[in-house]
Amino acid sequence: MGLLSKKDQKLILDPLADDNPITIQVLGICSALAITAQLKASIVMAISVLFVLGLGNVVISLMRNIIPSKIRIIVQLIVVATLVIIVDQVLKAYAYSLSKELSVFVGLIITNCIIMGRFEAFALANKPWRSFLDGIGNALGYGVILIMVGFFRELFGSGTLLGFKIFGDPIGNAETGPTGLYALGYENNGFMLLSPMALIVVGLIIWVQRSRNKALIEEN
Amino acid sequence: MANTDGNGYTIGFATVMVFVVGGILAALATGLKPAIKENERFEKQQSILYAMGVNENTDEEGKDKGSVNFVPTDKVEEAYTNYIKESFVIQNGKILEGEDAFKVDMKKQSKLPKSERKLPLYVGERDGKKFYVIPLYGKGLWDAIWGYVSLDDKLIVQGATFDHKGETPGLGANIKERYFMDDFIGEQIMNNGKYAGITVAKGNNDPINKTKDDNEVDAMAGATITGDGVTVMIKSTLKSYIPHIQKLK
Repeated sequence: MGLLSKKDQKLILDPLADDNPITIQVLGICSALAITAQLKASIVMAISVLFVLGLGNVVISLMRNIIPSKIRIIVQLIVVATLVIIVDQVLKAYAYSLSKELSVFVGLIITNCIIMGRFEAFALANKPWRSFLDGIGNALGYGVILIMVGFFRELFGSGTLLGFKIFGDPIGNAETGPTGLYALGYENNGFMLLSPMALIVVGLIIWVQRSRNKALIEEN
Repeated sequence: MANTDGNGYTIGFATVMVFVVGGILAALATGLKPAIKENERFEKQQSILYAMGVNENTDEEGKDKGSVNFVPTDKVEEAYTNYIKESFVIQNGKILEGEDAFKVDMKKQSKLPKSERKLPLYVGERDGKKFYVIPLYGKGLWDAIWGYVSLDDKLIVQGATFDHKGETPGLGANIKERYFMDDFIGEQIMNNGKYAGITVAKGNNDPINKTKDDNEVDAMAGATITGDGVTVMIKSTLKSYIPHIQKLK
C-alpha cells in the first residue's frame, strides 16, 4: 500500500487483527450472532456495513466541528439511519431483488454498535480521510470475523457453503437415499444453526487469537 | 469557532437537522414512489404466477435450476394476463361485484374480524387445468409473513410461494427457499373429508415428503416459530375458500 502513509496503513490493518472490533473490542456481537447461520448472509452484511461505516464516518467527520456535544449520539443515529434509508429506497426503486435480499439487514445495520462506536471514538475527532480509512478498516475486521463464523456455521450446520452441498445430500431421492458423507452416517449439527453456537465460535476465534498473540491477554 | 455547547445552539442545530433530513427523505420517498409501486406490482404478479407453477425454475433443456426463479419482470405483465383468467373478492360467503382482487390489501384485511374480511381469489388456467390461487398473510417470529398457495379442483396443493419481512436470515428466512416451498406441492388440505389444513411438523420422519396425504410438511431446523406461523396462516385462511372453490369448479 504505497499510497498510504504508515499511520494510515495502521488504520486499515489494525482492526483486521490485533484491534478487531468483534474479538478485541467486543462490539457488533449482536449482528454477528443473528445473521451468521449462512455464509451468504454474512457476506451481504459485511458489504453493507463496509459501505455504511465508510460513508458514515466521513459524514460525521465533516460535521464534527458543528455537532453539539449534548446531542451527538442522536445526531450520529440520525446520520446512519438516513444513509441506510436512502440506500434502501434507491435499491427498492432500481434494484428490487437486491433490496429484498437486504431488507432484513436494514434494522441490524442501523443499530450495529460498531457503527456508533466508530463515529463516537474516531470520526468525531479526526479528519474525513483518516475517518474513512478507519471506517473501512473496522468494517473489514468485522466482516472477516462474520465470514469466518458464517463459514463454520453453514458448513457444519447445513453441510453446505453458499448453498452448494459440500458433504453430499442428507436426504437424497427415494431410490438412492442419502449420498456422500451422509451415506456413512454423518449428521448435520443442528445446534450450529442456533445463535448460542455463534457465540461459541466467536469465543473459539478469540481463544485462538489470544493464544497466538499473548500481548492481547489482559492482566487478571 | 462558534460555541457548540450552548442550549440555543443545540436546539437550533436539532431543528435544522430535522428539517434537512426530513426534507431529503420526504423528497426521495415521493420521487421514488412510482418506481417502487411498479416493482411491488410486478412482484405480486410474479408470486401469483409462481404459485400456479408458472416460473422459470427449469432451463430450456428442462433441467431444474434448483433455485427460485420467477417470470422475469419484463414479461410478467403479459404472462399474468395470459394465465390469470378471473379473479374474485369474497366477503362473508358472497362474491363482491366490482372489486379488484389485485388491489385488496392483505395487511389491512388481516386486522379485521373474520366476517368482515375481503378474501381475494385468483383463478388461473394452465394447459387446460384450473388453478385457484389464494393469498395468505400471517405472522412469523419477528414480523409479517405472506404467500400464495394454489389448489386444484380436488383441493390438492399445486404450488406455494412464501415471503417474509424480517425473519432471521438462514433460519426462518428459509421459508422462501425451494426446498421448503416445494414440499407443499401435492399435499392435501382435507383428511377423510374433513378440513385439516397443512401443518409444518417437526420430526415427522418424512423429510423427502413421500406421504402426501398426511397434511404435513417437514419443518426447518432452528425456525420453529416461523414454521408455526406458516401453519396457522394456512390453516386459518384456506378454510374460508373451500366452499367457493367447490362452487366454481
